[in-house]
Amino acid sequence: MSTTNPQNRAGEPADEVLLRVRDLEVEFNTSKGVATAVNGMNFEVRRGQALGILGESGSGKSVTARAIMGILDMPPAHIPRGEILLEGEDLLTITPRRHRQLVGSRVSMVFQDALTALNPVHPVGRQIGELYRVHRGYSRRDAKAAAIKMMDKVRIPAAASRVNDYPHQFSGGMRQRIVIAMALALDPVLLIADEPTTALDVTVQAQILELLKEQQEERNMGLILITHDISVVREVTDQVAVMYAGRIVEHGPTAEVLSRPGHPYSRGLAASIAGEELKGHRLPAIPGTPPDLLNLPVGCSFANRCPFGTAECLTAIPALESIDEARHSACFQTREVLAHAHA
Amino acid sequence: MLGYTIRRILQMVPVVIGATFIIYALTFLMPGDPVAALTGSRPLPESTVAQIRLAYHLDDPFLVQYGNYMLGLVQGNFGIDFFGRPVLGLILERLPVTFALAMTAWALKMVIGLAIGVYGGLRNGQAGDHFALVFTVIFLGIPGFVIALGAQTVFGVQLGWVDPAGIRAGWPLAFILPALVMAIEASAGLARLTRTSLVDVLRAEYLRTARAKGLSPRRVIWGHALRNAMIPVVTYLGLSLAGMLGGAVIIEAIFNIPGIGGLMVAAINNKEGTVVVGIATMLVLVYLLFNLFVDLLYGIIDPRVRI
Amino acid sequence: MSQNTETNQATEPVADPLAPTNPITAPAGIGVPAPAAGLARRRPATKRSRGPVWLKPRFLISGSIVAVMLLMAAFPQLFAGFGSDPTANCDILKTNQPPSAEHLFGVDIQGCDYYTNVVYGARASILVGIVVTAISFVISAILGSLAGFFGGWVDTIISRACDMAFGLPFILAAIVVLQLFSQRTVWTVIFALALFSWPGGVRFMRSSVMEVRNREYVQASRLLGASNGRIIAKHIIPNSLTPLLVLQTLGIGGVISAEAGLTFIGIGLTPPSVSWGLQLAAAREYISAAPHLLVFPAIFLTITVLGFVLFGEAMRDEFDPKGK
Repeated sequence: MSTTNPQNRAGEPADEVLLRVRDLEVEFNTSKGVATAVNGMNFEVRRGQALGILGESGSGKSVTARAIMGILDMPPAHIPRGEILLEGEDLLTITPRRHRQLVGSRVSMVFQDALTALNPVHPVGRQIGELYRVHRGYSRRDAKAAAIKMMDKVRIPAAASRVNDYPHQFSGGMRQRIVIAMALALDPVLLIADEPTTALDVTVQAQILELLKEQQEERNMGLILITHDISVVREVTDQVAVMYAGRIVEHGPTAEVLSRPGHPYSRGLAASIAGEELKGHRLPAIPGTPPDLLNLPVGCSFANRCPFGTAECLTAIPALESIDEARHSACFQTREVLAHAHA
Repeated sequence: MLGYTIRRILQMVPVVIGATFIIYALTFLMPGDPVAALTGSRPLPESTVAQIRLAYHLDDPFLVQYGNYMLGLVQGNFGIDFFGRPVLGLILERLPVTFALAMTAWALKMVIGLAIGVYGGLRNGQAGDHFALVFTVIFLGIPGFVIALGAQTVFGVQLGWVDPAGIRAGWPLAFILPALVMAIEASAGLARLTRTSLVDVLRAEYLRTARAKGLSPRRVIWGHALRNAMIPVVTYLGLSLAGMLGGAVIIEAIFNIPGIGGLMVAAINNKEGTVVVGIATMLVLVYLLFNLFVDLLYGIIDPRVRI
Repeated sequence: MSQNTETNQATEPVADPLAPTNPITAPAGIGVPAPAAGLARRRPATKRSRGPVWLKPRFLISGSIVAVMLLMAAFPQLFAGFGSDPTANCDILKTNQPPSAEHLFGVDIQGCDYYTNVVYGARASILVGIVVTAISFVISAILGSLAGFFGGWVDTIISRACDMAFGLPFILAAIVVLQLFSQRTVWTVIFALALFSWPGGVRFMRSSVMEVRNREYVQASRLLGASNGRIIAKHIIPNSLTPLLVLQTLGIGGVISAEAGLTFIGIGLTPPSVSWGLQLAAAREYISAAPHLLVFPAIFLTITVLGFVLFGEAMRDEFDPKGK
């Protein structure tokens, strides 16, 4: 699995690795059998780095995030294999007590829909302040003061007067800021944002992304941004991992991957974005549907939809291999795909 | 809050008028002559009968009688019975007994129902949950008065632990058995609702958030889940308190408890319309006041409902 | 309460904004990953068993109880022996005899075979339970649909009427009505119980119809010029009536229980009706001398109510998962 550490070999400044996920597998027991939602994930996040995880619904990106946070519902989910190392500690094997100490303070999460992510019956100040009370033993008053400070920091207007308001009294964008304030409250080293802008209006989306980016840079945090939206990835992240059917199929610097994809699936994704040159044409789409997670194919999961597919693809799973400096792709035909991109 | 309360009270007015009208009309239609019921086998002199009929406006048209009654009601006058006793006094004499019974039953029901419901909800899908479910089905399936009869036979007659009839022992001793019987029957619904509500809340996204904040399971459940789960439960609890007053009637008859139920049955047998209507009006008022109280409480427990 | 339904969808982005431009995500057929994983989180695997509904144990058990009781109500002769009659072959000398080989359930106060009596008692209870529920169902369906579908003043009148009927505690109102009659038959009791049994059903139906009426496909068919009658027949009835029927089924046990309770305290059925409530009331005086008089009708009543309650719940779990 050495192939998953592109930066090391690339000789970039040896920044501190915050999170290292190794061979992670997550399965769900369903009535119809075992569904493999995450199937051998490998990646890492360094201090100050923003990693985008790009994929469609069901590709396993949210499940990965929840596995890291330890908030999968088990059962039906279980993790048969893998390691999730946060600053060297394996989150899957440490005691529940230690896990609770780390989650929420060293690593924290921004959820997709702030309206359902916030408890409707508690004032927002109390929900932010709870972190200080539980993790740092603040008094009620200190926790409230700290919560107001945090709300200020995420630019909620008149924070001091709104601290006792309830989630439903805020607009969608403001609610998402509160969720971000909660996630940043204890100065985490790593922030996971799971589709943080999907539930928002387009104009608000930009503001929230800007806030996330700004806070990440200011705090020099690691950031994992999970999304299906290529433009979001392009705007915020410096590295991107493209996921398909529970695996990373391509990984590398965002700009390069999006402009010159090395995997047929990333290529399909990149091509499906409407651009100036496509005006008046039908948007190219990837034909077919993703594989059934209950019955993953023997070979490459993407083979049945792949324009580059060969006989080999149906019998063997391509490994994630280095194709370039700092770039990896899991495809037997990577060279050809890249060549196509040039043409 | 004040505006809402006033608005709600104003909305109650037509309901009170309608409900009392129904009861009054039904009582008016009751077969038999109230004066004859009063006198028994020995007929009264013609003049006395006429006097009584005049005094109680029995010869007035129905709507006039009803109008007079409502006028008195507004002034806090529930009328007098055929023995000249004020109906309000009769009711107030019996009401505390029924109240004590209903409240005791309600409190017991709350304890039993919430305990089973929360237990079942937290053990969702496990053996404990199924066990709790079986309990509630049995509670729900056995008619309350059968439980009452059984309990009375076993604890009252056979074991002699409690006085099978009467309330001479006073509260709480004499009330425990009838209240427990009422509570057992009523706790099934509460337990179910609590369980369902808790199971739903435990799946909510904000509980995932709470876990992602590194909170202990205990804090997640007590601090975040239960209050949300209680929102529908509180409504139900409030409504059922009023319902318990009605249910107390049958239990009072079985256990010979001299409450409103006994008064009502006696009044019906004596064709004392004013007493029947008085009781019904009183219960309707109490019922509506409870509902109002529940609605106000709802606004406190669920901040999304601003009133 | 609304947040509960919303969380259903929160497990995965349902409306994937990529979808309009990118058909990768569009055709979500069966066995597509996202719903499978989502479902897995919502439901334990054991919940979904295959096979016909009526072969599930809960249906089988409760259904057979209900079927036997219905049969007993319709043809008591089948159970008590042909030619038998609750009042036939009574021997006053045998009064209150305990169970024996000849009289399985013993003998009652008048010296009649108690088994025959208890079997014949089923008819009153079950008739009351089913007819009251049926009346309540019809009233609820009609008034609820009218209020929910037409709104406006129709809705106002019906809703206010509901409020008033709700203002009266059910048992209390039933008692007042029952007292209008000195001879009370099964039909009197049915009348009294049915008179105030509908407000809950009407409210349920009203909100359910309103919800269906406001769904987008119904609005769409209205815009396409469908008549009220067509909308009611095609959309409202199939979507609202089943849940109402299930809800009403759940109430049958309660009605049977209420009838027996009222009869027991002397306000329900009066002799010469034969019913479990009356038998229990009569048995009460001989509680220590002849406990069998109390036990058998109580067992029959309990099994019947339990059977109907279980049956109603099995129906609800099957046809109306929302109501759980």
